[in-house]
Amino acid sequence: MSSVIIPEYEVTHSRPNAFNKSYERKGELKHATHYCPGCGHGNVHKMLAEAIDQLGIQDRTILISPVGCSVFAYYYFDVGNVQAAHGRAPAVATAMKRSRPESILISYQGDGDLTAIGAAEILHAANRGENITVIFVNNGIYSMTGGQVAPTTLVGQKSTTTPNGRSIENEGYPMRVCELLATLEAPVYIERVGLGDNKQIAQATRAIKRAVENQSKGLGFSLVEVLSPCPTIWKMSAVDAQHWVRGVMEKTYPLGVYCDKTKDAHPRTPHAPAPPLSELRKIMGITSEEISAPEVKQEIAADKKKVDLHVRVAGFGGQGVLLLGEILAEAGLDAGMQVSWLPSYGPEMRSGTSNCHVRISSESIDSPLVALPDVLIAMNEPSLRKFDASVRPGGWVLYNGDTFPGDCERKDVNVLALPFTNIALEIGDARAANMVMLGALLEIADALPQASIDAALNRLVKSKKWIELDERALQMGRELYHEACVGV
Amino acid sequence: MDATAVKHDRGKMCVDENECKGCGLCMEACPPKVIAMSDHLNHYGYKTAEYCGEGCTGCGICFMVCPEPGAITVMRLKAKAAAAVSGSGLEGANA
Repeated sequence: MSSVIIPEYEVTHSRPNAFNKSYERKGELKHATHYCPGCGHGNVHKMLAEAIDQLGIQDRTILISPVGCSVFAYYYFDVGNVQAAHGRAPAVATAMKRSRPESILISYQGDGDLTAIGAAEILHAANRGENITVIFVNNGIYSMTGGQVAPTTLVGQKSTTTPNGRSIENEGYPMRVCELLATLEAPVYIERVGLGDNKQIAQATRAIKRAVENQSKGLGFSLVEVLSPCPTIWKMSAVDAQHWVRGVMEKTYPLGVYCDKTKDAHPRTPHAPAPPLSELRKIMGITSEEISAPEVKQEIAADKKKVDLHVRVAGFGGQGVLLLGEILAEAGLDAGMQVSWLPSYGPEMRSGTSNCHVRISSESIDSPLVALPDVLIAMNEPSLRKFDASVRPGGWVLYNGDTFPGDCERKDVNVLALPFTNIALEIGDARAANMVMLGALLEIADALPQASIDAALNRLVKSKKWIELDERALQMGRELYHEACVGV
Repeated sequence: MDATAVKHDRGKMCVDENECKGCGLCMEACPPKVIAMSDHLNHYGYKTAEYCGEGCTGCGICFMVCPEPGAITVMRLKAKAAAAVSGSGLEGANA
C-alpha cells in the first residue's frame, strides 16, 4: 500500500511576542526597525524580547530607552516604555522600580549614554545595588550623531573627532565598564558578551536572559555589556563588522563574567512605599492652623462650578508679568483648584520680553502651555502684536495703552484697553499696573473668591505697604471693568 | 511510490521580504549554507536573503544572528512526521 506523507512543519523560531506586530513609527516604515543593516541593536532587542517572552513578564516590564540610536526602542517593544534624558536611564529605572516594586525595569543604554554623560548614574545605581537590569550596548563610538569619539573608543580607532585615531595622551584609555563596576560590593551579576560569531551570540542570549531573571527573583543589580557591531560608522560590511568585534574589539574588552553573586544573593526586600500625602504634616511636625489640609479644599472645589481658565500674561521684564501670573495661580491653588504657572523669559532681567502661561481648572491640567488663551493680558504693544491672534474667539484682551492699535482689532474677541500704568500711578505707583489689570481679569473670570486673592497676596508680597497698594489696585481694576464693559 | 523513500528536510526557513535589509549575517552564519542573496530589490531598495529551497536543518542559527525581529522564521519537521521518514535518524535530532 502506498501513501504520500505530507510533511508537517512547526514554527520554532519567529518574531518574539514582546515586539509589536507593526511599528507605528512613520507611515512607510512599519515593517522594519530603523537600524542600519547588520546593526547589533536588532540582535540585542531580539534577545531581550525572547527573555521577556520566556520569563512571562511582558505585562509588568518597563523598558527605559536612552538617547542614542536605540532611542526608538519604544516603537518596537510591546511593554511599558519610558524614554529617559541622555544618560539618566538608571536613575529613571531606580525611581520606577522603587515606586513599582512588582515591575521589571530594564535600562537599555548605549556606550555614549552610559559611559560618558551617564557615568555617574550607572555608577551610583550599581553601587546602591538597585534591583534593575541594565543592557549596555557597546559599539565603541557615538553612532547616532555621526561617529564622534566615545569613552569606549579603542586606542588608535579613528572617529570624526579623532581623525588620526584615539590617542591616550588626548582622550585617555577606553573605559572598561564591567571591570569598573565589578569592584563595587553591590552588583550581583556583571557579564560582557559579544556579537562576534554564532557562539558569542548564543552566549549573549543566555546572559541577557539571566540578567532579567535575576531581577524577577529580586536578587539585585545586573548588567550585561554587549560588544555590538556598527557597520555604518565603522565603514564595514555587516559581516566584516561582526569579525571586527571578535578579532579586534574583544582584545580591549575581554568577554566573560566579571561578577556573579547570584548563588549567595538573597532576594532584596522592596523599598517601603512612600507614606500617604495626608500623613506628611504629621511626619514634618506641622501643627500650624494656617495651612489648611488640601483634602478639605478639594471638597470645596468639588461644590463649585466648572472652571477652566487659560491666561497668557505678556509684557516687558519688570512690569510684574510673572508676579501677576503667580498671584493668579496661587489664588487658584488657595481656592482648591488645579493650577499651573509657566514663566517664559529671556536672559535679561529688565527690558527683555517676558510672558507666562497660567491655567486654573477644576479638573486635572493636561498641559501647562496656553496656546489659545481665554484672556490675554498685554502690558505693552509688542506683546499685544505677538499674542493677539492666539486669543480664543469670545475671549478677552486686556491691553495697557491709550488706544488699541487698529490693525490688531478682532471682531470675535472682547477688548478692554486702558492706560493701566497711568491709572496705577494715580493711585500710588505705576508698578501696580499689573494689579489693576489682574483686578479686571478677576472680574472677567469670576472664578476666584476674594479670600483666596488676599491669601495669595499675603503669601507672595512681603511689604505691608505694597499689599495695601495692591489691594487698592485690584479694587480699581474691578471697578474699571464694570465701568467700561457693563453691557458688552 | 513508497512514502518512506521520500526524504524531507528537517527544517525550513523563510525570509519576510519586507523586513530583511540584506545584511548577509544569516548567510555567513548558516551551517549548511543554504541561504543566498536574491537578485531583486525589495520595497525599500534592499536585496534580501532567501532560502535556497533545500538542505535546512531547522537549527535556528539564522534567526538568532538576524538583527530584525521578524525577518526570519524557522520551522522544524514535526516529530511524528520525522519518525515516519524511515532510516533518516532524525528522531534524536528533533527531541
